Amino acid sequence: MLLSRVAADLYWLARYAERAENTARILDVASRLSSLPTNYGGTTNEWESAMISTGAETLFRERYDEANRRNVIDFLAFSPDNPSSIFSCLDVARRSARSVRTAITGEMWTAINDAWLELRHYSVDAMSPRQLAEFLAFVKEACLRFDGSAYRTMLRTDAHAFFRLGTFVERGDATARILDVKYHVLLPEGDTVGGGLDYFQWASLLRATSALTSYQWVFRDALRPWRVAELLTLRKELPRSIANCAENTLWYLDQLANDYGRQGPAQRAARAYHAGLANGTVDAIYREGLHEFLQRVIRENNALSVAIEAQYLR
Amino acid sequence: MNGEDGVLRDAYRSVKPWLDTNSLDQLKQRSREAEMLFRRVGITFAVYGDNSAEERIIPFDIVPRVLTAAEWKSMSAGLEQRVRALNLFLADIYGAGEILRAGIVPEALVYQNTYFRPEMVGIKVPHGIYTPVCGIDIVRVDADTFYVLEDNLRTPSGVSYMLENREVTMRLLPDLTSEHAIQPVEQYPNELLATLQSIAPATASREPTVVILTPGSFNSAFYEHSFLADRLGVELVEGRDLFVRDNRVYMRTTEGPKQVDVIYRRLDDDFLDPLAFRPDSVLGVPGLIAACRSGTVTVANAMGTGVADDKAVYTYVPDIIRFYLGEEPILNNVPTWRCREPEALAYVLDNLPDLVVKMVSGSGGYGMLVGPAATKEQIEDFRAKLKSEPDEFIAQPTLALSTCPTFTESGIAPRHVDLRPFVLYGSRGIRTVPGGLTRVALKEGSLVVNSSQGGGTKDTWVLDR
Repeated sequence: MLLSRVAADLYWLARYAERAENTARILDVASRLSSLPTNYGGTTNEWESAMISTGAETLFRERYDEANRRNVIDFLAFSPDNPSSIFSCLDVARRSARSVRTAITGEMWTAINDAWLELRHYSVDAMSPRQLAEFLAFVKEACLRFDGSAYRTMLRTDAHAFFRLGTFVERGDATARILDVKYHVLLPEGDTVGGGLDYFQWASLLRATSALTSYQWVFRDALRPWRVAELLTLRKELPRSIANCAENTLWYLDQLANDYGRQGPAQRAARAYHAGLANGTVDAIYREGLHEFLQRVIRENNALSVAIEAQYLR
Repeated sequence: MNGEDGVLRDAYRSVKPWLDTNSLDQLKQRSREAEMLFRRVGITFAVYGDNSAEERIIPFDIVPRVLTAAEWKSMSAGLEQRVRALNLFLADIYGAGEILRAGIVPEALVYQNTYFRPEMVGIKVPHGIYTPVCGIDIVRVDADTFYVLEDNLRTPSGVSYMLENREVTMRLLPDLTSEHAIQPVEQYPNELLATLQSIAPATASREPTVVILTPGSFNSAFYEHSFLADRLGVELVEGRDLFVRDNRVYMRTTEGPKQVDVIYRRLDDDFLDPLAFRPDSVLGVPGLIAACRSGTVTVANAMGTGVADDKAVYTYVPDIIRFYLGEEPILNNVPTWRCREPEALAYVLDNLPDLVVKMVSGSGGYGMLVGPAATKEQIEDFRAKLKSEPDEFIAQPTLALSTCPTFTESGIAPRHVDLRPFVLYGSRGIRTVPGGLTRVALKEGSLVVNSSQGGGTKDTWVLDR
């Protein structure tokens, strides 16, 4: 048994730490693409699409005139007004960690607290491409260290289950969003890689999800759009795929149901969501439309989070 | 360490040789190690009105303060007598009011007191115990005289320091601790839990559910709240974790609502129930008073106990002991002038430079005048305040507070100390854990021991024989 507030803090602590890392990955990709040679003929604004992929376009438009490099970095990395900026994520994560200090381990606390302290040394005004790369490496490493500390030091009780639910719900959402922003690149069905720009965009998509090397391992093939989509949605070998996140979410919910001796709406929602992905095929996604499929996944994943909150966290 | 006759006191017989054999450098080294231990564990507190320092540690002095078994025996008997009488007083003023009708304590002092809670009138507190946890501040003025400086009957804090100070001392100074037969304090969390369980309402099961209620992680004493929850093995809840349904209190858990029997609250009365007290409070639990009234939950300490630790009522405690127990007080008050009485006021105004003047409702060392240390302006300032609102003040002589050997940058030197022992009062009896929190004024000559104003703490030993 846990206080609902403590379980909620653990859940959101994990979600925000995961989100900080995902935002860093999205910025990393934007930065790589913006440094492409101009003769590749790119007309899309990578900074703009990075901003859109975080799902906070409305908020951005209210505050900035133009989606240029500086504004997007400011918005996604440092803005306290953006609840999903790296700054906000680490700030909320640290505050949640502080209020449930006794429910997490010393290593986890130190990892998040160190990251928060270090973050204050960076600012949008000192962000040359090189400094940005250093900054993003710092964020990704800090999140890895936090995640690793949890993996290695946390007792496997209900507290751990709530923490991991946060990780996987957030990760599934992020993968769906990153993929959705690029769906127009993957459609219509092109069989082979076209120009250099296309190649870089697909590669960037895989990089954003740490899956470029994994793609080669899984398919031993050149980059093909529908295989990229398959890898990120249905292949459960990939730790960031939507199917893998759904499987883990279900697993931890079943742990809780076992501990507490009761299945509930959250378990049922997770089972349906997981089954849909486990039985899914690329053909079916193609028929449904990738965009429509991803929008549905984001909705279902969010409904699952709402069910978890209703059943346990209030 | 030495008595007035200059002879080494019994209590310090074996501390002295230890101090003599350790060089200043060795002591410095140990003092640094102690500070590191405290920082690492995160034993911190926040100071109000100081934004730059969100988290500080209270300085810890490595030289222990030592009391003999005989000194302790009489002191603890006095504490327990006092706490019993104060409980009877509380039950009386929220009930029949006999002591008021007998003219022992002025009615106005009780009924017009800010801390008096009309909501508590007629509520039957489980087992009649209003103050299961008390911290009584004591000062020593000579070899045989301990005075009670202040009763803390609301939410006394500091017990985590008593426990942590002992742990750090045992770890850092094993050569010293092993030489002594020190009565243990480590059982305090167990005894606290047993005390709280013993005052559960009749509706509770055999294993009552106890929780600690904290204002939250921004409170200055949050460390202590989470420390105690950990040691007691109970949930640390905030107001929003609790709710009242059908006059019962529940906490929200991942397995659904769970009924709570005893709430050890570290939250002031004002914030406890927004329906009854401050409507703007988001820290409390709406409907808590109604639940108390229907007898389904124990709030420890009970609401409205502040009326009995008020500095104005304090002056009547010896009479309160005589009235309810028919005994002479074992522990005395510091001689005190009640400025509300014209004769006393006249004396106080004539002798301001020699007196300590305190506000009746003040705490934490704020709003007081220490005559001998004050400037002319400060004294005149207080003279004006006293004349306009005499009821708000009491005055006491400047005491020759006892000192205790203390580690300073230039070596071991005497510094003034006080002592806060913790008294636990449950339905199965009353008990004082042998020891307490010794606070020390680290500035030379200073009498103010409050941690918010440059005070530190010491481990407090009660010897076995």
